[in-house]
Amino acid sequence: MNIHEYQGKQIFRKYGVATPRGEPAMSADEAVAVAQKLGGSVWVVKAQIHAGGRGKGGGVKVAKSIDEVRSYAQKMLGMTLVTHQTGPQGRVVKRLLVEEGAQIAKEFYLAVVIDRVLQRAVMMGSSEGGVNIEEVAEKTPQLIHKVAVDPFTGIKDTEAELLAHKIGIPSELVPQARELFKGVYRAFDECDCSLTEVNPLITTGDGRVVALDAKLNFDDNALFRHPEIVEMRDLDEEDPAEVEASKFDLNYIQLDGDIGCLVNGAGLAMATMDVIKLYGGSPANFLDVGGGATTEKVTEAFKIMLRNPKLKAILVNIFGGIMRCDVIAEGVVAAAKQVGLKVPLVVRLEGTNVDLGKKILADSGLPIISGNDMGDAAQKVVAAAKGK
Amino acid sequence: MSILINKDTRVITQGITGKTGQFHTKMGLEYANGKNCYVAGVNPKKPGEKFEGIPIFATVKEAKKETGANVSVIYVPPPFAAAAIDEAVEADLDLVICITEGIPVRDMVRTKAKMKGRKTLLLGPNCPGTITPGELKIGIMPGHIHRNGRIGIVSRSGTLTYEAVGQVTALGLGQSSAVGIGGDPVNGLKHVDVLKMFNDDPATDAVIMIGEIGGSDEETAAEWVKKNMKKPVVGFIAGLTAPPGKRMGHAGAIISGGKGTAQEKLSVMEACGIKVTRNPAEMGKLLKSVLK
Repeated sequence: MNIHEYQGKQIFRKYGVATPRGEPAMSADEAVAVAQKLGGSVWVVKAQIHAGGRGKGGGVKVAKSIDEVRSYAQKMLGMTLVTHQTGPQGRVVKRLLVEEGAQIAKEFYLAVVIDRVLQRAVMMGSSEGGVNIEEVAEKTPQLIHKVAVDPFTGIKDTEAELLAHKIGIPSELVPQARELFKGVYRAFDECDCSLTEVNPLITTGDGRVVALDAKLNFDDNALFRHPEIVEMRDLDEEDPAEVEASKFDLNYIQLDGDIGCLVNGAGLAMATMDVIKLYGGSPANFLDVGGGATTEKVTEAFKIMLRNPKLKAILVNIFGGIMRCDVIAEGVVAAAKQVGLKVPLVVRLEGTNVDLGKKILADSGLPIISGNDMGDAAQKVVAAAKGK
Repeated sequence: MSILINKDTRVITQGITGKTGQFHTKMGLEYANGKNCYVAGVNPKKPGEKFEGIPIFATVKEAKKETGANVSVIYVPPPFAAAAIDEAVEADLDLVICITEGIPVRDMVRTKAKMKGRKTLLLGPNCPGTITPGELKIGIMPGHIHRNGRIGIVSRSGTLTYEAVGQVTALGLGQSSAVGIGGDPVNGLKHVDVLKMFNDDPATDAVIMIGEIGGSDEETAAEWVKKNMKKPVVGFIAGLTAPPGKRMGHAGAIISGGKGTAQEKLSVMEACGIKVTRNPAEMGKLLKSVLK
C-alpha cells in the first residue's frame, strides 16, 4: 500500500524526523489558508499523487506571494499530471500539500529497503540527491553507500554517523543527520514499510538537516496490525478494477491487451500471460483466484474482466491441486449464465477431478472451447480473440 | 534416495487443529508412507488430544522428544507463523516447512536473523511444500499427479510446479523430489541450495528450475550451476510480460528499479549453460531433450 507525501511526513514527524512545516489542502481556498497560517514569504505548492517525478510534470511550484499560492493551487487541482511513473494516461490531482519554502544548501538521497540477498533491511545514502537514483546506481554505484541493519538493535549511532560522513554531510551537521537517520529507520521498521525514501534529503542555508520529501510504501501482509495506516489509503489513486477485485480477495492487475486470464496461482498466472504473448496475443489482465476459489469468487472475477471494453476473449487456466476442477467448472458455468458470455471462452482444466469438471462444462450447453493443455489453450484463445 | 524428505522422515504438524492443517495432514497421511511418517501435532491449548490418531503436544520440543520427529510443517495463520518457525528452530529440527502465505516481511527478517548458526533448514514460507513421490508428501500439492522417477523440480511458484510435474509425468518420466521454495522475498532455501542437493542426490538425473521475476536468486543459482553442476538443468522464468513496479501476486514477484526482469534472468541462465524455454507448456519437452 502507498500513501501521499503529506501523510508520509505526518508519520516522519512522529518519529522526530525533521520536515518542512506544511499541511494538505483540497481546494485553492484551503491552500491559501494554509499558506497564511504558515506565514513567511515563500511557499511550495505540491501536487499529491502516488507517483514520483512530479516536479518535471509541473506538479511542484514555488510561490512568492499568497496570490501565486492561489493561482498555482487553482491550476494544479483537477489537472492531469503525467510523469515517468504514472504512465501516459497520467493522474488527476485532487490533493495538494502547501509547505514553507526551504533554503536548500545541498541535496542528498536516503532510503531504507529490504535487501533480498542479505535478508534484512538496508539503509542507503548518496550524495546525489533529487535525481533519479536508479540512474545513479547504474552509472556511478560507488556514490551509493549502504548499511545492513541488525533487526534487533536498529541502526546504531556509529553506523548512522559513518553513513552521514560518507555521503558528504558537513561534520557539524552529522549529529542532526544521525538522529534523522535513526528516526527514518524506526519509521520503516515500526510501520512495517517495504520502502521508505527521502529524495531529496537536504541541508539548509541555516544549518539544518531536513526531509524535503517522504515516500513510504507498506508491506500489505502487515497492514492487519496498522489500522491507522490503512485509514490513509486513497482509493482515488488505485485502479478501480483492482480495488473491486481486492474486495473479493482476488489478485487482479489491469494490463493493456484484449485477452482476459483467470488462473489459480500467481506463477501460473504470469506464465499464462507469457504463453498468450508467445502465440501472438496480448493479455488484458493478471488474475490469480487463489487456492480457495468459490463459485462466487469466480463469478466476480468474470464480472471484473468483462467490464474491460477492450476484452475480446477469455482464457481460464486451472491446475487444480487442492482447488477441485469441478468446483471451478461450476463457477465458470454459473458466471457465464449470470453475467452473459459476450466473448469467446477457452477453458483448460487439469488436476484434481478434471474429468468431472470437463463433463460439467460439456453438459452446460455453453459455447466453451476446450484447451487440451496450456499451449493448446493459449493458441485457441489467441485465434478466438482475432476472430478466427 | 531423494532430497529433504523420504519414507524415514518423521513429521510434526504445527497448526494441526486448524481447518487447513487438518485437511492437509489428512491428505499427507493418505499418501504413500504418510501413515508412518506423520507422528505428532502441536497446539499449546490442546495437548493430550488426538487428530486422526496423531497425538497433539503443547510444544515442538515435547513433540520431538516423545516421537523422534525431525521435520515440521506449519499451517499457522500469518500473524503467528514466524513464531512457529522460531519454535521449530529452537527445537533443533532438521527441517521446517512453512506453508503459510502472508507473513509480514519484518517478522521473517527477525526469524532469519535468529536462525544464523542453527542447524534447522527452512523451506518457505508461502510455498506448496515438498514431495518425494511414492514415499512422502508434506504440503498442499496434489499427490496423484506425481510419479516416482529421476527428475528433480525446484520452483518459486506452487501451481507452476504442478504444471512442470504434470508435464514430466505425462512424458512417462517421474520425479525424485519436487520442491516449492515459495514466493516471498525473505525466505529459507533458495534455488541454489536445492540445486546443490539435487547435484549430490544419486537418484536425480536432471533438474527443472522454475523462477519468476524479482530478486536475483535465479542468477545466483545459474552462476553456481555453471561452476559446479554435474547434471543437466533446464529452466523457465515466469513474468516476461509482467509490467515493472507491479507486484504479481507473490510478495517477491516485482520488477523494481529495472532489476529482476525475466529477460535478464533468462539471459544469465543461458550464459551459464542452462537450457531455457520461453514457453511454459514445453518445460517437460525441453527436459526430455537434454536427457542422455
